[in-house]
Amino acid sequence: MIGRASFEAHDLACLRGGRIVFRQLEFRVDAGGLLVLRGANGAGKSSLLRMMAGLIGPAHGALLWNGDDIADDPDAHRARTSYAGHSDALKPALTVAEHLSFHAKLRGQAADKIAAALDAFALTKFADLPARLLSQGQRKRVALARLIAAPAPLWLLDEPTNGLDADSTARLETAIAAHRETGGIVVAATHLDFAGADAVTLTLGERKAA
Amino acid sequence: MNAAFALIARDVRLAWRHPNEIATILAFFVIAASLFPFGIGPEPQILARVAIGIVWVTALLACLMSLDRLFQAEVEDGSLDLLVTAPAPLELLALAKVVAQWITTALPLIVISPIVATMLHLPADGYATLLLTLVLGTPGLSLFGGIGAALSVNARRGGALLALIVLPLTVPILIFAVAAVDAAIAGLSPRPHLFLLAGLSVFALTIAPFAMAASLRQAAE
Amino acid sequence: MNWHRFASPSNFKRLSARIFPWAAGGAALCLGCGLYQALLVSPPDYQQGQSVRIMYIHVPAAWMAMFVYANLALAGAATLVWRHPLAEVAGRAMAPIGAAFTFLCLATGSLWGKPMWGTWWEWDARLTSVLILFFVYLAYMALNNAFDDATRGARASAVLALVGAVNLPIIKFSVDWWNTLHQPASVMRLDGPAIHPSMLWPLLAMGVGYTLLFVVLALVRIQAELIERRLGALVQARLSAEPAA
Repeated sequence: MIGRASFEAHDLACLRGGRIVFRQLEFRVDAGGLLVLRGANGAGKSSLLRMMAGLIGPAHGALLWNGDDIADDPDAHRARTSYAGHSDALKPALTVAEHLSFHAKLRGQAADKIAAALDAFALTKFADLPARLLSQGQRKRVALARLIAAPAPLWLLDEPTNGLDADSTARLETAIAAHRETGGIVVAATHLDFAGADAVTLTLGERKAA
Repeated sequence: MNAAFALIARDVRLAWRHPNEIATILAFFVIAASLFPFGIGPEPQILARVAIGIVWVTALLACLMSLDRLFQAEVEDGSLDLLVTAPAPLELLALAKVVAQWITTALPLIVISPIVATMLHLPADGYATLLLTLVLGTPGLSLFGGIGAALSVNARRGGALLALIVLPLTVPILIFAVAAVDAAIAGLSPRPHLFLLAGLSVFALTIAPFAMAASLRQAAE
Repeated sequence: MNWHRFASPSNFKRLSARIFPWAAGGAALCLGCGLYQALLVSPPDYQQGQSVRIMYIHVPAAWMAMFVYANLALAGAATLVWRHPLAEVAGRAMAPIGAAFTFLCLATGSLWGKPMWGTWWEWDARLTSVLILFFVYLAYMALNNAFDDATRGARASAVLALVGAVNLPIIKFSVDWWNTLHQPASVMRLDGPAIHPSMLWPLLAMGVGYTLLFVVLALVRIQAELIERRLGALVQARLSAEPAA
């Protein structure tokens, strides 16, 4: 995963329900980089992340991975992208460990990083607990532990710290730092300051505020 | 492929941990079928004549009820995003969902269908063919139903809409299934009808994954 | 740029302005002549008497039911493959017209059935197939209207139109088959011996008239839909342009 990976946007525009959410958006993150998305509610942070995940298509412009339009090879893009959205996507009847091992298999990976994923978010003792018994913060941690259980170079995190306490936020920062260490790229929509002054910040919806 | 099997295993496990859902659908099947004698009278000859139609129509409706949540539940808890962004083809994953639905709903319906058929005085010659038609025809029902379920995700009046979409598409399955059993009861060979029925399910298999994946991508937008 | 993709589909507007008067005039002419011929001039059938005149309304309506569905499927393909916004609008605009023709076919079929078969409804193979086609139209319209986002509704119903298009021949086949199984030739077929020219001409005139009527109605409905969407885009643009208070 080490190398010259880059993720960038050119003249990107998003149209939702006939409304322009953002336009003429540009950014570039290189291997090991962190892009922090900021902006008011409705400025398009979630839409941009969903666009990066390939869930919605750009109305204009393109997202490029190593210079190639991600729309040209969506299979490859899905394989290198791990998306953690607003919802935790937990099934109440499945245990924490079952969620993580299912996610690894769903992404075509061996379920051998479950223990590490549980450990990274202090979930080891809850491994066999069904999701319906988890607290809000614990649910969020399971969702984030998926990132470790099925590694992918590009992490897309939508408000990852929502509902997390200080200790869990620190664990997330550690995980992000470790991921960047290996050349991974992280894009996160958040209002918190992440450790690392080298983060690139992209503020959406500035035109409207001006 | 492993992703698809993992998804089937997960859905079967979920159904196993919520046995009430299957029980409710089986109860619906039995109760709906046992309403017919009240509507048309308890004479065994009349019931025997219409038994196969009642068993198939009520099985169809019961199958439809379980489809309502097939993809809607995935959307509501956010799991659909993970399925759509998984590296495996969405066509395959949608098919896996349908296979799991068939295992957890159609299979139990098939198992209890002889009981319902007995209550309706189905002639003895019809049972083996009834089971065969259900085994060959219900995959088609589940597949067409999967299309309807994927199309009506997040729609207003999703359940009624699902029925409106799926029921017209299932007419051929109903026709050939009932014809096969009627033929068997009349002492004729049901084979041609069974082949046609299997053909319909294969046909559904060729179009449903693509229609479901296209609809789910739209739903995830 | 396709920001206001519904705001200026000027090509369509120009084309439809050119077609519209011709189609409207042709429809009036064909339907006028056709109805005059059908109801007054053409001879009564030697078996069916005056009730044969229902045929001139009924048969072209059945043609239209299928023709409009074919258009719906094409619009569906254009919606999904090229994501053409005009195709979205066209599908939405055409479906109720097709459903109306299908309903006309069923209603006249029922009216015709009373003197012919002695019953308002007969599970005749053709009538049954048309009934199922009508159900598919209803499902299409319900699905198209079931979402707050018009594009989502258009794309979902486009998928349904295509699924229906590949299924309808199978449904037709199975219903024909079912019908012959249950009703061994008790129903008099409508396609008897070769049709006499005095009946064929009004029938063709009605067919052309219906087609032109469909074109006229579709153009009007597409225009109306475009204006409605443009209105939405304008309101949205005005609100976005205003400084947030």
